[in-house]
Amino acid sequence: MYAFNYHRPASLAEASAVLVANADAKFMAGGQTLLPAMKLRLANPSDLVDLVALRAELSGIRREGDRVVIGAMTRHGEIATSDVLLAAIPALAGMAAIVGDPAVRSRGTMGGSLANNDPAADYPAAALALGATIVTDRREIAADHYFLGLFETALEEGEIITAIAWPIPKRAGYEKFRNPASRYAMVGVFVAERADGAVRVTVTGAGASGVFRATDFETALTADFSSAALAGVAASPEGLNTDIHADAEYRAHLVGVMARRAVAAATA
Amino acid sequence: MPTVSMTVNGKTVRRDVDPRTLLVNFLRNDLRLTGTHVGCDTSQCGACVVHADGRAIKSCTSLALSCDGMAVTTIEGLATGADLHPMQEAFRQHHGLQCGYCTPGMIMTAIDLVARKGHHLDEHTIREELEGNICRCTGYHNIVKAVAAGAEAMKAPAEVPAMAAE
Amino acid sequence: MSATGIGAPVLRREDKRYITGKGQYVDDVNRYGQAHAFFLRSPHAHARILSIDTAEAEAEPGVVAVYTGQHLADDKVGGLICGWMIHSKDGSPMKAGPHPALAQGKVRYVGDHVAVVIADTYSEAKDAAEKIVVDYEVLDAVVDTAGARTAGGEPVHEVAPDNTVFEFHLGNREPTEAAFARAAHVTKIDLVNNRLIPNAMEPRAAVGDWDAGTDTFTLYTTSQNPHVARLVLSAFIGIAPEHKLRVIAPDVGGGFGSKIFIYAEETVCVWAAKKVGRPVKWCAERTEAFLSDAHGRDHVTHAELATDAGGRVIGLKVHTVANLGAYLSTFSSSVPTYLYAPLLSGQYDIPAIYVEVDAVYSNTAPVDAYRGAGRPEATFVIERLMEVAARELGKDPAEFRRQNFVTSFPHQTPVIMCYDVGDYAASLDKALATVDYVGFPARRAESERRGMLRGLGFSAYIEACGIAPSAAVGSLGAGVGLWESAEVRVNPVGTVEVLTGSHSHGQGHETTFAQLVSDRLGIPIDNVSIVHGDTDKVQMGMGTYGSRSGAVGMSAIVKALDKIETKARKVAGHVLEAAEGDIEFKDGKFTVKGTDKSIDFASVALQAYVAHKFNGQELEPGLKEGAFYDPTNFTFPSGVHICEVEIDPDTGVTRIERWVAVDDFGVLINPMIVEGQVHGGIAQGVGQALFEGTVYDSSGQLLTASYMDYQMPRAYDFPRFSVETTETRCPSNPLGIKGCGEAGAIAAPPAVINAITDALGHEDIAMPATPRAVWRAIRRTPQKMAAE
Ligand SMILES: Cc1cc2nc3c(=O)[nH]c(=O)nc-3n(C[C@H](O)[C@H](O)[C@H](O)COP(=O)(O)OP(=O)(O)OC[C@H]3O[C@@H](n4cnc5c(N)ncnc54)[C@H](O)[C@@H]3O)c2cc1C
Ligand code: FES
Ligand code: FES
Repeated sequence: MYAFNYHRPASLAEASAVLVANADAKFMAGGQTLLPAMKLRLANPSDLVDLVALRAELSGIRREGDRVVIGAMTRHGEIATSDVLLAAIPALAGMAAIVGDPAVRSRGTMGGSLANNDPAADYPAAALALGATIVTDRREIAADHYFLGLFETALEEGEIITAIAWPIPKRAGYEKFRNPASRYAMVGVFVAERADGAVRVTVTGAGASGVFRATDFETALTADFSSAALAGVAASPEGLNTDIHADAEYRAHLVGVMARRAVAAATA
Repeated sequence: MPTVSMTVNGKTVRRDVDPRTLLVNFLRNDLRLTGTHVGCDTSQCGACVVHADGRAIKSCTSLALSCDGMAVTTIEGLATGADLHPMQEAFRQHHGLQCGYCTPGMIMTAIDLVARKGHHLDEHTIREELEGNICRCTGYHNIVKAVAAGAEAMKAPAEVPAMAAE
Repeated sequence: MSATGIGAPVLRREDKRYITGKGQYVDDVNRYGQAHAFFLRSPHAHARILSIDTAEAEAEPGVVAVYTGQHLADDKVGGLICGWMIHSKDGSPMKAGPHPALAQGKVRYVGDHVAVVIADTYSEAKDAAEKIVVDYEVLDAVVDTAGARTAGGEPVHEVAPDNTVFEFHLGNREPTEAAFARAAHVTKIDLVNNRLIPNAMEPRAAVGDWDAGTDTFTLYTTSQNPHVARLVLSAFIGIAPEHKLRVIAPDVGGGFGSKIFIYAEETVCVWAAKKVGRPVKWCAERTEAFLSDAHGRDHVTHAELATDAGGRVIGLKVHTVANLGAYLSTFSSSVPTYLYAPLLSGQYDIPAIYVEVDAVYSNTAPVDAYRGAGRPEATFVIERLMEVAARELGKDPAEFRRQNFVTSFPHQTPVIMCYDVGDYAASLDKALATVDYVGFPARRAESERRGMLRGLGFSAYIEACGIAPSAAVGSLGAGVGLWESAEVRVNPVGTVEVLTGSHSHGQGHETTFAQLVSDRLGIPIDNVSIVHGDTDKVQMGMGTYGSRSGAVGMSAIVKALDKIETKARKVAGHVLEAAEGDIEFKDGKFTVKGTDKSIDFASVALQAYVAHKFNGQELEPGLKEGAFYDPTNFTFPSGVHICEVEIDPDTGVTRIERWVAVDDFGVLINPMIVEGQVHGGIAQGVGQALFEGTVYDSSGQLLTASYMDYQMPRAYDFPRFSVETTETRCPSNPLGIKGCGEAGAIAAPPAVINAITDALGHEDIAMPATPRAVWRAIRRTPQKMAAE
């Protein structure tokens, strides 16, 4: 880790100000992505803005009508066990329960994960499928306009995610094929039938440019929301990652398998 | 250098630290609590697991400064005098360790697991919950047995030192 | 059997400190005034170093010194050595290239040591290292094992122009060719034994210290054999003469072979301690461990098995290319030769065997012994061949093995080994019963109903432990003897300290060795302490590897205990005023035969020291004896492991459903510890078969350099193991024990692959059988095209 200046602001404005003033400053929420990167000297912030003091303000899970609003600093472990969420969007709680391991889940946050937009992270698949809204200290951003590619998001310099609003779907399911070593998603598929009947199928871990929609699968499921409906549907290896763990063809195949299983989970 | 203060194994400590000091370095180097180990640089092995405000965390993936004001418990803080924590005892009884390097992290993770999932843990749950703890020696067989037995033993209130209440 | 004696599942005495966080590992050692070392490592697999400029780094805050290979050369510090001389078939000695602790002129693998920065803090050392400017001329890298000899370009070492270290052979060529000529059937296979990265959970570490007043050095190091480390650092590398160098290996967090060797980092730490006049500490980051710990395995093999018309194996031919990496590590040359070829006969009576092994250099991390060392490679070859041959011949794989088992002992193989004792069928029968072999077809049918593939695979392994006797291994090229030492010090109050030359890093010697002593002397186990891992305390020893500590290390203790008993009898005779021959020793008591006159062990100890009851000129006072034990033969643990897998054809994921191990380790000192050793070995072997693949790209970059990319076995990867034993007593040591530390790792890989190929219906799958590899293999299965 390189040396940095440590800040522990007590307000959003103060936190944002440090970032605006220092081009190489970074926020830290749970640190479960940022600190490993800093330890390997892959990230090198001049200033680290620890959001820990804002935890009370930025965490919590509450139902607001047809949405569940989750504070950005809410931890995966809290999300996985939230009664509110388990009742409203069990697939999202189930997703949180398989992010990393228990110790990671007791520090890592939903906001941190969505801000980071790792192409193998889980939440981006849910956000894009469910049509989540990313709420920041400045504005609200629809998921459809939020994910801009590998580790790229619509967030501006110094913009802080404060909460994520999740519309409650009719049904949803998530299946993840873990990278055998890192345990991140090698292929993760989220399927959702939204309240208005629209079907979304999103894929994480597989795409060379991050989370994406599998529209062929959406079409098939719109006609018939069952795993059987996906029997003839195949994902194309085009644009999928090839690495030492999986080639694009295998990933494409797994997209199909995970999609069928996610539908099965959603309809169980 | 900024100052950090926290409660470690029931004692308040306060030190000036380089901001880049990880909690694990703070425990090991500043407090000489060397029972907490480091086995990787990618936050995956769990040799470093401690409890912070009652939850298992990887002390290699937390700045000491972020833990300011927290109550931290390490492997050294589990036993009450000569009385081992039931989970420690279970690891011994079931030969849940060989070289002992992963052991502190395993025990801290196991106690946290009991706090979250209760005393009756089936084998499948235990194996899944140990996802973040790597052991190279034991093949996990006896660790799994030890965790199940330790979880049961933690039930008997008389045997549970204050710590386990976290 | 007493509650703490031989054969009792005594709880481990060392556990107390580990479960309370009071273990003392090298990284827990801190010396007053210590500085910290960081090694600048080569980013290139193969490059000439044109220049190194350290000036800027030296000026960085906190920096104490920066050293390069030139400083080592100036100080006449010798290079690292390989301690086992192998000769090629043409009689020429192996081609050992130079191995400086810090590179001199060239770097030969990614992670090779270029310079060391020593600073007040580790962060400062690491920061300053980035300021070192190295000008490299990058060369083509040799990476591929099979292609190393024909790679062209600049060889890894000048002494080996075609990158060949040696061309070894063993066995009997003509009879083997003759057997193949008259064979009714020949089974052929091509195998890759995948390169593994050991990954003991404690990374390697070293603290070097120098006492200016006495000009003595102390090195704390993560070692499996501190005495060998001292010998090499002293006699070959030239740090200091042995009496001026103390090596301490305190608690060591697993080794699996990787901590046998003498490495660059500890050499530099202890040398630099004097140069900077401060203790110097280094602890590997995990990435450094991946890059620079000696790796294991890495063979490419073609093998053929000849059978006659009745299904008897009549010949075996093996050709292997073994990748030794960029330098010859301490025992690297012995692994693919004498630890490999002599084991290829397996449990079978094979009259003719011929083995050729070409060892090659490459621009990859050095390869040396890793749990099993040569024996897993041999077992993989013979057990894959036996399985495939049985399938080709339409025979039941268990019965085909049984038909070819060695059944009369001693049995001389064509490849050096003389098996002393064993009952291979006993292990097979027990394993078949435990796994419910007859129920397998029903289980397979049930899996198929769920759309899953099920397979069952065997591994009937033999291994050779406790490499010895010394004269024999010396004639094969070993640079050291492979005996073990023990010293038993009885204190005047009857407590006992046993100093052993073997080393425990998870094996539980503080318990098992004490069981032996307690049992033999009839004293409470709490009165016995086991001392190891410090060259100032234990005079000399050979350390722990090759499952040798029981068979060799404990035998040395037995020998010392014999002497103790003899001496104690004499003392007791004087005290009890009886002839020595009339004294009986039992349950900790010396009794005059046929009387009730007796004295307990502790009182004899006191009498030995006060020396009031005997003439000190005739009988020396005191009670302390030492022994060196050199075994008469290897020991031959053997057994049968059966693995049953279920494969999800949709994803290629393999789950192990059953694991049955039936091992013959001879006499067990502590069955609880033995079982634990088997569990751990199986997990490592399964890791090799299913998960652990080391990947270098074509330029020699290690792509699997962290747990993000190198899959370590985790708890949910395993079922509950079923571990049982059979027993034939080992005749070559007084305790009858054979060794158990490596069996699981040796047995497991072929059991897994035989199960997977059984499920697939074809043999075309390599290790590690990852989900992708299995999924691809299923698509190559004509009759079992998965429903996709
Ligand atoms: C061993 C391990 C396994 C893991 N496995 C998985 C997995 O399976 N699936 C998965 O999805 N993730 C996984 N993760 C990552 C984990 O989920 C992280 O918690 C998450 O990606 C980041 O959250 P954090 O709170 O730790 O963020 P941090 O690490 O603190 O920050 C990450 C990034 O987000 C920025 N940031 C943080 N909070 C905000 C905010 N509120 N507003 C704006 N920017 C912000 C930071 O500046 C930083 O750039 C794993 C991590 C580890 C260590
Ligand atoms: S040291 Fe913390 S997870 Fe490995
Ligand atoms: S006991 Fe050695 S790593 Fe677990």
